[in-house]
Amino acid sequence: MSEIALTQAPAHARHGSNIGQPLTRRDGVLKVTGAARYAADNHPPGMLHAVLAISRIARGRVAFLDVAAAGAHPGVVAVMTPANAPKLAVDPEVKTHPFVFRIDVLQNDRVRYAHQPIAVVIAETLEAATEGAALLAPRYETEPAQTGLDGDDGFVPPVLGAGQPAVLRHGDVAAGLAAAARRIEATYATPAQYHNAMEPHAIVAAWDGGRLLIDTPSQGLVLARARIAELFGLEPGHVLIRSPFLGGGFGSKGLLTGPQVLGIMAARLVGRPVKLVLRREQMFGPVGHRAPTRQTLRLGTDADGRLTALDHHTRTATSRFDDFIEPCGGVSHTLYAAAAIATTHEAVRRDTGTPNFMRAPGEASGSAALESAIDEMADACGMDPLAFRLHNYAEVEPVSGKPFSSKALRACYAEGAARFGWARRPRAPRQMRDAGGRLVGWGVGTATFPALMFQAEARAVLRRDGTAIMESGAHDMGQGAWTALAQIAADALGLEIGQVEFRAGASDLPDAGIAGGSAHTATAGIAIHGAGADAIARLAALAVGDERSPLFGAGNAGVVARGGRLHRSDDAARSESYADILARAGLAEIQGQGRSAADPAAQTRYAMHAHGAVFAEVTVDPALGQMRVTRLLGAFAAGRLINPRLVRSQYYGGMIWGVSFALHERAVMDPRTGRPMNPNFAAYHVPVNADIPAIDAILVEEHDPHVNALGIKGVGEIGITGTAAAIANAIWHATGVRPRRFPVMPHEVVALMA
Amino acid sequence: MNSFEYVRPATIAEAVAAGAAPGAAFLAGGTNLLDLLKGDLMRPTRLVDVTRLAELGRIERLPGGGVRIGALVRNADLAHDQPFASDFPAVAEALLSGASAQVRNAATVGGNLLQRTRCVWFYDVASACNRRAPGTGCDARGGEGRGDAVLGWSEACIATHPSDFCVPLVALDAVVEIAGPAGRREVPLDLFHRLPGDAPERDSVLAPGELVVAVRLPPEAAAFAAHARYLKLRERTSFAFAVVSAAAALRMEAGGIVAARIALGGVAAKPWRARAAEDVLAGARPDGTVFRRAAEAALADARPSGPDATRIELARRIVARALALAAAGTPARVPALPASPFAPIPGAAAHV
Amino acid sequence: MSLSISLTVNGAARAVTLDDPRVTLLDLLRERLDLTGTKKGCDRGQCGACTVLLDGRRINACLTLALACDDADVVTIEGLADGDVLHPVQAAFLAHDALQCGFCTPGQIMSAVGLVAEGQAGDDPERVREGMSGNLCRCGAYDGITAAVLDAQRRIAEQGKARAA
Repeated sequence: MSEIALTQAPAHARHGSNIGQPLTRRDGVLKVTGAARYAADNHPPGMLHAVLAISRIARGRVAFLDVAAAGAHPGVVAVMTPANAPKLAVDPEVKTHPFVFRIDVLQNDRVRYAHQPIAVVIAETLEAATEGAALLAPRYETEPAQTGLDGDDGFVPPVLGAGQPAVLRHGDVAAGLAAAARRIEATYATPAQYHNAMEPHAIVAAWDGGRLLIDTPSQGLVLARARIAELFGLEPGHVLIRSPFLGGGFGSKGLLTGPQVLGIMAARLVGRPVKLVLRREQMFGPVGHRAPTRQTLRLGTDADGRLTALDHHTRTATSRFDDFIEPCGGVSHTLYAAAAIATTHEAVRRDTGTPNFMRAPGEASGSAALESAIDEMADACGMDPLAFRLHNYAEVEPVSGKPFSSKALRACYAEGAARFGWARRPRAPRQMRDAGGRLVGWGVGTATFPALMFQAEARAVLRRDGTAIMESGAHDMGQGAWTALAQIAADALGLEIGQVEFRAGASDLPDAGIAGGSAHTATAGIAIHGAGADAIARLAALAVGDERSPLFGAGNAGVVARGGRLHRSDDAARSESYADILARAGLAEIQGQGRSAADPAAQTRYAMHAHGAVFAEVTVDPALGQMRVTRLLGAFAAGRLINPRLVRSQYYGGMIWGVSFALHERAVMDPRTGRPMNPNFAAYHVPVNADIPAIDAILVEEHDPHVNALGIKGVGEIGITGTAAAIANAIWHATGVRPRRFPVMPHEVVALMA
Repeated sequence: MNSFEYVRPATIAEAVAAGAAPGAAFLAGGTNLLDLLKGDLMRPTRLVDVTRLAELGRIERLPGGGVRIGALVRNADLAHDQPFASDFPAVAEALLSGASAQVRNAATVGGNLLQRTRCVWFYDVASACNRRAPGTGCDARGGEGRGDAVLGWSEACIATHPSDFCVPLVALDAVVEIAGPAGRREVPLDLFHRLPGDAPERDSVLAPGELVVAVRLPPEAAAFAAHARYLKLRERTSFAFAVVSAAAALRMEAGGIVAARIALGGVAAKPWRARAAEDVLAGARPDGTVFRRAAEAALADARPSGPDATRIELARRIVARALALAAAGTPARVPALPASPFAPIPGAAAHV
Repeated sequence: MSLSISLTVNGAARAVTLDDPRVTLLDLLRERLDLTGTKKGCDRGQCGACTVLLDGRRINACLTLALACDDADVVTIEGLADGDVLHPVQAAFLAHDALQCGFCTPGQIMSAVGLVAEGQAGDDPERVREGMSGNLCRCGAYDGITAAVLDAQRRIAEQGKARAA
């Protein structure tokens, strides 16, 4: 059971108590006082420390490990290698579920990517385990490794990342391009990126006979529990995972990773609780990444600037041993009313860890390319890039012809442009300078992300003291589930939020699905809403059937729950408290259950996406190439917003990821060895505070009656989409040169301008 | 990290004696050493903690206007020492452009001089690196090439020295005071760091047991205070090492340049003094043309050690810009974004 | 030499005997003194999550050897609030939603307390941004962090004035 006592927000920071109110974070006090307990903060009695040893080659086998030297280091308790690693109940190479990825957990001596775990050293102290791992001094039989996208290999994958088709054709692109009055063709490159949540993957594992207690950050508790149970031959109910707080996830903590399994194995090997925390460099290998891409866009327009064809081809990479293909083409399916659209993907196999979901998988990289190409096409047409986008606005989803469940993108463009001052933008590049003579440019990009929905369950308990419990094993990785879902729970139960004890973050609670795809608030929220409604309905049935109740005879539909009382809808003065109803019925509590799932009928009828417009001002030093995003504004429409304060933070976070995509982050792989050469925060740059001088977001109103019962679309990922291209487009507008390789770096801008 | 003996000497003599043993390393702020230990890039068997040598923690004004900075003075304390920052504003600006506030609060003057290269091949224990492991080769050759030296490199090593602080120091003729088993000696900072040659494992001229005790700036260095800047190209706005950097200091009279001091960072295994460029400027009127000529003179001997051809031109441009900024006058206070191209640009320097 | 040190942690004198000279201040706090509020994000001084006050100055605890902290005064995130009353920086972080996942937050807050004490930034947001750039936030809460630091600094100054009056 989760044991999190959420401290109430201080009174001065409270602004309301239900959906739509900008409450401060309910877990905020725990987080600002250091009391929030993350996985690695646990320290059960008798705990040992485990440290991974990782491969320094990308392909081959481990020929020798100096286990004796490591074992002789004072404090070292055990060295786990393929020779003594506990055997698993199922072969981890077997994909027992579409969302099971192959992991490297010391079942053999093969090395298939750099930084793969090759041993685990377990010791009384972290210092001893760390040195023990260094003393292993592995020797390898090295085979040539290949990274990057060059080469004449390549295959068309059967499916993309989450199951999308690799090839989609709508209309005749060749004919559309042939008939076009103007055409552009450009190739954009995006690098490998690593999630790098601030919290490294960590696990504290403790066996108790055939039971297993685990503290580890998880974006998908029940999925992880099932996988652990399967690997170790346990009943799922005998595995308890606690994950009350994730120090960021961004997709990398969605599926169980190899190092987490190794922590459990280590605990079994030594028969004591074990803590295993990844070092930062170990985050560059076994826990996923965003694959590099090379995307070629071919666009054509007629003489009026209307798109006749949009061809979006992606070349990307997956690992040698598993498939995750970055689905870049999706954005091209929905954004522009091109007469013909084709999206194709090809992949190569490389000696890297398997890529996986990373904040806006597909849409982030895909929109960086598409929205750059749209800008190039607008320029080729001699049109303002915003006007060009409006000119080709998709009134229905182009590839399917379906109407949108809602689409307030025009309002996003309009409100964003007005606040940004877009009307003052000169169309030609290199026209604006700041007081210091630096070049200034303005760019726009369209943001889009699908409104997804998974399956979840929730349980509500109304208690005789007038309070309630709401349970759903939801995950708070910073997006604010502890707060937003509690707001939904309070509304559903007709209670003040302080009267609802919300339980989440543990695997023994009802399955809240996976926190991904920007779908968690909708998925868990609707289950919670349903559970609350169910409990209230049961309570109402007690009251309306009891002639001693003032609600007698009202009928189920004839009551509303508010302030801990049921009121007759036709006469609000006639009411009764939950406590009185339960007391009279002699019940200590009453329970309700809720479930959520996407509505297939609505999905068949409508295209469901959130939208937005991102406006960027970039200042460029013309001689040195140093760049700064001096203004960034996003206007987003994403249906109903549960907590605008948290939503704004999600938008900002996504947009800052866009800044990072545009200007900062990239893994540098040594093509000679396949090793990442910048596996640390000194060299793998993400934005610092000084990189974000002015950021703003407009929360555009949007009412969506179709997307789901609460009208929620999700806000966690859309911020990154459109932003990278808006910045690249602003660099073009500032300098007159078009960057087509992300991130855009000073020396490259200087070279382009030469 | 291997285990080590930890000793905390009470006097410089004790420190030198303890530090002369094979495998010993001095520990001061620890901001570089701990990083190196954790990466198994250095595995000393004894750490000699010199932080309790209080006499090394003072900033002393010298008769005639110079300053003597104890080796243990923290970077932040020096940068925020008002008299020091007034006399040597480019040094303060360089200090404040380096690392983060947390690192600057811990890092010392002596440690800054002795910090090791940030070359990624040096940092990757599995790579061949003559500087880290003599005789293994240099995997930086044939690598991506960003951050490689363009001056003073050898076939054995193309690493650069990462310090910001040392760049204006070397421009201003700083002198390093050293205590060692054989007594005290002084070395001009320009001769303190070694070019790699065929022994890149030796970063500096320090012998085993030798301890940096102070850095001195001569009285003449303060004469440049009115026109002194440090400028640093970075791949993000803050908390990043220099792609290239430059310190420029001018002594100006009646609108003309009487004397110039120029040095570059991020281009060589040492902070690179550009005397030929200084000669171009002596007696010249400050304008973009002469700054560009000076910049070309500064990089006259440069040759790329890797595939990135833009580094040399970027270095020229940053020299020219730093000179223009210096000519426009030292700002009253170190800018909010120290050494950044995004710091306010005085009008006269805008179009260089 | 003995591996015993004495130091003050959050106002309380602590005598610590170390079995290993390699222990950093960060690992001393987290693994031996049960003060896990201070976080390890990179362990190399590159992220700021481990920021604490050492003798009143913000530093990276991961780059500080515990043995070198003999006689030192250490303040961590756990030592900031006065009972249930949050420190003004903590309160401002809540009010400005200057956090998301919360993992970098203790380091951000300790860094902000250090920045205010240094007194170099004044009310210039650009100086605050620069001064807070040693603390990475992968969630991207920078705008709220800058606002929170400025807000807290004002409140602290007002409190100081009120006390002086």
